[in-house]
Amino acid sequence: MKNVWKPQIVTANRLTDGAIVYLAGDGNWTRSIGRSLVANSEREAEEILATANAAVTACQIVGPYLIEVSLEGGVVRPVGTREWIRAQGPTVHPEFATEPERAAA
Amino acid sequence: MYRYDTFDHTFVRERVRQFREQVQRRLSGELSEDEFRPLRLTNGLYLQLHAYMLRVAIPYGTMSPTQLRALAAIARRYDRGYGHFTTRQNIQYNWPTLSDVPDILEDLAAVEMHAIQTSGNAIRNVTADPFAGAVADEIDDSRIYAEIIRQWSTLHPEFSFLPRKFKIAVTASPRDRTALRFHDIGVALTRLDDGDIGFDVMVGGGQGRTPMVAKTIRKGLPKQHLLSYLEAILRVYNQLGRRDNAFKARIKILVHETGIEKFTALVEEEWAHIKDGALTLPEAEIARIKAFFAPPAYESLEPLPLAYIEKRRADTAFDRWVRQNVVAHKQAGYAIVNISLKPDGGIPGDATAEQMEVVADLGEQFSYDEIRVTYEQNLVLPDVRLTDLYQVWEALKAAALESPNVGLISDIISCPGLDYCNLANARSIPIAQRISRRFADLKRQHDIGELKIKISGCINACGHHHAGHIGILGVDRKGEEYYQITLGGSGDENASIGKIIGPAFSSAQVVDAVETLVDTYLGLRDGDERFLDTYRRVGEKPFKERLYATH
Repeated sequence: MKNVWKPQIVTANRLTDGAIVYLAGDGNWTRSIGRSLVANSEREAEEILATANAAVTACQIVGPYLIEVSLEGGVVRPVGTREWIRAQGPTVHPEFATEPERAAA
Repeated sequence: MYRYDTFDHTFVRERVRQFREQVQRRLSGELSEDEFRPLRLTNGLYLQLHAYMLRVAIPYGTMSPTQLRALAAIARRYDRGYGHFTTRQNIQYNWPTLSDVPDILEDLAAVEMHAIQTSGNAIRNVTADPFAGAVADEIDDSRIYAEIIRQWSTLHPEFSFLPRKFKIAVTASPRDRTALRFHDIGVALTRLDDGDIGFDVMVGGGQGRTPMVAKTIRKGLPKQHLLSYLEAILRVYNQLGRRDNAFKARIKILVHETGIEKFTALVEEEWAHIKDGALTLPEAEIARIKAFFAPPAYESLEPLPLAYIEKRRADTAFDRWVRQNVVAHKQAGYAIVNISLKPDGGIPGDATAEQMEVVADLGEQFSYDEIRVTYEQNLVLPDVRLTDLYQVWEALKAAALESPNVGLISDIISCPGLDYCNLANARSIPIAQRISRRFADLKRQHDIGELKIKISGCINACGHHHAGHIGILGVDRKGEEYYQITLGGSGDENASIGKIIGPAFSSAQVVDAVETLVDTYLGLRDGDERFLDTYRRVGEKPFKERLYATH
């Protein structure tokens, strides 16, 4: 059976403070998963990972990797509990939840 | 308590300076992450799920008020206003930035603290009895020997790249408050036939995916041989421990696979080469270290002052706190105070900067300038006058630190779990919070009695689930959090490993499952039996039947 492609984005930790970041469409790294650049094919996934690896060399980020996302209603949501917690912050401290406004910085 | 000498000050400050340069080189790109990772880990700096995490050593869990205030100041200045006390008597900060860490280490060095060897494959912070020096049944103050081991193991050149991390605990009482038998090496003080102090040495304990209770490798080791014997064990482990498989690299696997008799013979053979050599402990050196742990100048006090008795009679909440959190002291008129860091629905082991400062003030005013950390993630004021207890309790109450639940069902050990940890498969803290809320009724908790629940978010078992009377292990099932329950574990002197009771429960089910186990116990218990005693008497069958009949 042919594999069905599932959309992916690339995430990492920011070098300076370890914050979770996502590669955005403008090539910058954003705290907001909603602004992340979605790879809709294997080739696109390879391209965004290559961009991420360049950011590693440029000392912007650490440990980039691809994660699967769902795009229901046009909203980017991570698949799986771990990535959901990474995206929103520790569930035991709702006051630390990632703020989209701040994420845009 | 121990104070740094010139050597200690010099090497700690030198290490801070080195790490500051290493951080600069990392930020500038001169060092890659692969090159930097071992450098940051050996300075206690992890990269976790949301941020960097710095683990600071609190040697054998003893702090001065000045040190605790410094920890509070770090939480406020560089972190998010709180710290997390761990099962190895350390404190962790969850949000430092990389560029701030050298400044944090500088602040720590100023109060004679550091984060060296709180990570990496080296000998970690040596832990000891949090009641050391204050209980009547101890042979000697366990911290004397923990400090001697700390000095030997810190920056030990031969043991800086062991096959895996290595944990040592020291106790001096028949009642074990260190989880001694779940350490790579457990050192238990004993009284030798000639009346001198010696050690029973245990080896190969641990938790993780292959839990083991440590085995005794030598009984009655004369005290002058402590370091040479430990060195012999470490040498055998360093040479023969597996480096090809991280899951099989701990000494417990080596001891298990080699067999304790053969392993003992290898250690004895190695020891024969180094015994009576440079590592022999001179009496004068033991006496020098012992002097740092001299008892405070206790006053001669009434064993049971009338004012204290009257306060207990007049205030039932105070009386309940005393009964549950206060422990008998060796000195008449004094008490050991446990400060619970497990408030109703709280995060086990977390303390805000303000709470740390309150405890520091209490330590200074009422406990001869000492505070302790327990492996069960609570704090201790070791030397409080009975006549001061009410004032201490009122101050704790004002800081939301008066939970009278030490040893009860809500006094839960929990690892950070998937809310913070990169390795976790499931969240631990929310389960602890929900159990705590479910059993919030203090009368119910006290009626249930001693019941130790321990929760880990993955098989690495940082939350000691194997040693829980009820252990809870978070697992990932196709992206969903499930929780496996074990029964019958214990971290005390009668250490045991919990047994898996059956299929795992969903997050929605697991608190109900715990309640079912508790109800089953209450229906089965005989007199004053603890949960663990009942389980050991009747076995798993009635618990299992009830649990899986209702879920």
